[in-house]
Amino acid sequence: MANTTTRRVNPALTAKPNPVVAFVGAFFGNFIVRRFLLFLLTVWVAATVIFVLPRLTGQDPVKEKLLLEAQRGGSVQAGMNEMAQEYSARLGLDLPLHQQYVNYLYDLSRLDFGYSIAYFPRTVNDIIVDSIIWSFGLMTVTLALAFLIGTGAGALLGWSRSPGWLSYAFMPFLTLSAIPQYMLGLVMMFVFAIMLNLLPFFGAYSPGNLPEWSLSFILDMLRHAILPALSILLSAVGFWAIGMRGMMVNTQGEDFMVQADAKGLNGVRIFVRYAVRNALLPQVTGLAISFGTLLTGAVLVEVLFQYPGLGNTLFYAIRVSDFFQITGIVMTIIISLAFATMLIDMIYPLIDPRVKYTQN
Amino acid sequence: MRLARRRSGSFYQERVEPVVLYGRRNPSLIVGLAMLGTLLVFTVIGLLGYAQLDAHTNDPSQHSRLDAFVSGGAPVGDKRLPPSWCTWCEDIAELDADKKPTLFQYPMGTDTQSRDLFATNLRGIPLTLGTGLIAGLLSVGLGTVTAFIAAYYRGLPDVLIRLLTDVGISIPGLLVLIIIRIQLGTELVWWQLGAGLAAVGWVFSSRTVRAQVLVLREQPYVEIARQSGMSGLAIIFREMMPNLIPYITASFVGSVAGAILASIGLEALGLGDFSSPSLGMTVYWVIQFGAITLGMWWWWLFPLIFIVIIFVSLFLISAGLDEWSNPRLRRQV
Repeated sequence: MANTTTRRVNPALTAKPNPVVAFVGAFFGNFIVRRFLLFLLTVWVAATVIFVLPRLTGQDPVKEKLLLEAQRGGSVQAGMNEMAQEYSARLGLDLPLHQQYVNYLYDLSRLDFGYSIAYFPRTVNDIIVDSIIWSFGLMTVTLALAFLIGTGAGALLGWSRSPGWLSYAFMPFLTLSAIPQYMLGLVMMFVFAIMLNLLPFFGAYSPGNLPEWSLSFILDMLRHAILPALSILLSAVGFWAIGMRGMMVNTQGEDFMVQADAKGLNGVRIFVRYAVRNALLPQVTGLAISFGTLLTGAVLVEVLFQYPGLGNTLFYAIRVSDFFQITGIVMTIIISLAFATMLIDMIYPLIDPRVKYTQN
Repeated sequence: MRLARRRSGSFYQERVEPVVLYGRRNPSLIVGLAMLGTLLVFTVIGLLGYAQLDAHTNDPSQHSRLDAFVSGGAPVGDKRLPPSWCTWCEDIAELDADKKPTLFQYPMGTDTQSRDLFATNLRGIPLTLGTGLIAGLLSVGLGTVTAFIAAYYRGLPDVLIRLLTDVGISIPGLLVLIIIRIQLGTELVWWQLGAGLAAVGWVFSSRTVRAQVLVLREQPYVEIARQSGMSGLAIIFREMMPNLIPYITASFVGSVAGAILASIGLEALGLGDFSSPSLGMTVYWVIQFGAITLGMWWWWLFPLIFIVIIFVSLFLISAGLDEWSNPRLRRQV
């Protein structure tokens, strides 16, 4: 990323005589444009890596898988090869490589991931839409809660006037942040679902229930979401707390803190308006970084609790080697991650007026 | 302060005492290292003990409890046993009276396939740590080299490497690995998994080290070295490297932890090496066989404890290294 965080530059110094050149320069010099180009580049690189690397090995497991499917489908052993070729032709696997690549990118640009091998008449998009809602709900709620709780805890931990016992009280949370989410999930499943028999241990709703807008169904859904959410939450809280604590320590060394003290402002006001407000800003950048780890962790938590989100769907696609579905889900996750990171990067200068992205 | 005492020069005072003093100031580093060390000692003693057992047993069914079965320990008949010291545990399968295990025969019980889980775990710890170590070494090596190329030569190399790391960081490596592993169609053994994780993880080390090199190259002493005609490599190794070591070490520990996390994740998804008894594969079998609902707590609790020890110790070590490289963080609160 060619952006740097510099101070405002006098526009008169950077003005260019030719209006066309000035426009082109301003267009590509514009941070938002460059950030969007980086987003496109990220998605393109990911897509290309996913396309090229497996083909370097010379093996063709897709064909093998299709052969296997064909073998299962028909009892006639002799026609197997023809059947696989038929499949290949239908899926465009017999085209030359560059042609396949162009088709692949074209489909990707329309977010069309083709048909699922395992559930053939269904498209991958169809399956993704079904499961992404569950993942999205689980992720947004846990992310928001973890951010609020963790940042709050970190602010108190880094505040020099907090009582001393606080740092001991939060020790377990800091340690929990080092433990993988699915490991916490395993323990919690055992304790709360098996030993105490308090909460359900699999699925997003009870097997007999069908999704509907009723209070009982929503309560049932929430009960099922508690354990997966808690296992992600417990390990994420520490991450935010550690980051916030570090920023609070730094902020307290700033001159304006001394000034606030000298003005005789009361402690709560200094804490909220002076310390927390300034320390909070880098946490937003942390949000962008944490998406990736949180999401991949959540994939496994979903598998553990058989929560019907993207992660669990990915797991089943892996088990049946449904290549198109796997690629579709992975690309969906990569694109949404890159998009979220881009949004945060773009919003950041609005939140922190001290930062302005300019061309260097 | 302590110079006077150090001058008197016994080995203890010269070498050991400063370390002890530093350790008192930086307890998390010491505790982390001690935890990891204990785990390693435990594993080595356990493996040696099993090797002893294997050498002395004459019963063919007991032969080589470490290697007889793909997943670690040898099967012990058609039984699922809790840890043999657990007097209050109920066996899942009925036991013949004469087959009842003696004290500590199966210290961590057996799984549904009647494999000795103690042997499985003992073999799994080095595999899992090895994957992390390979990934950590490779990604820090690659990251450091690219960081130096970028920060030292500037210009086009810098632009390309920076673009590559920016793009790489925003692509979750685990997902790319899933695709590659699936399309490869072959199982990856522990060091191949490590190398794969390094291939997607080096961007993080590269970015950390590059930022630090950029700071260092503006330092007056580097400038003086350059003015006095030192060659580029000499400046890198004699002037900059010593100051970078804390950051590189911290990045290494971070990469190892990240790689182990990712490798267990991949294995738990069923993309590991099915003939290896690594901790992640044990987690996979636990999920696969529903050990939790079967009530076989010993199947998942022990690998869980080992995984937690690995992660917490690495976390403490990296917190300790942070304190070492950035003493300004030192207990201001």
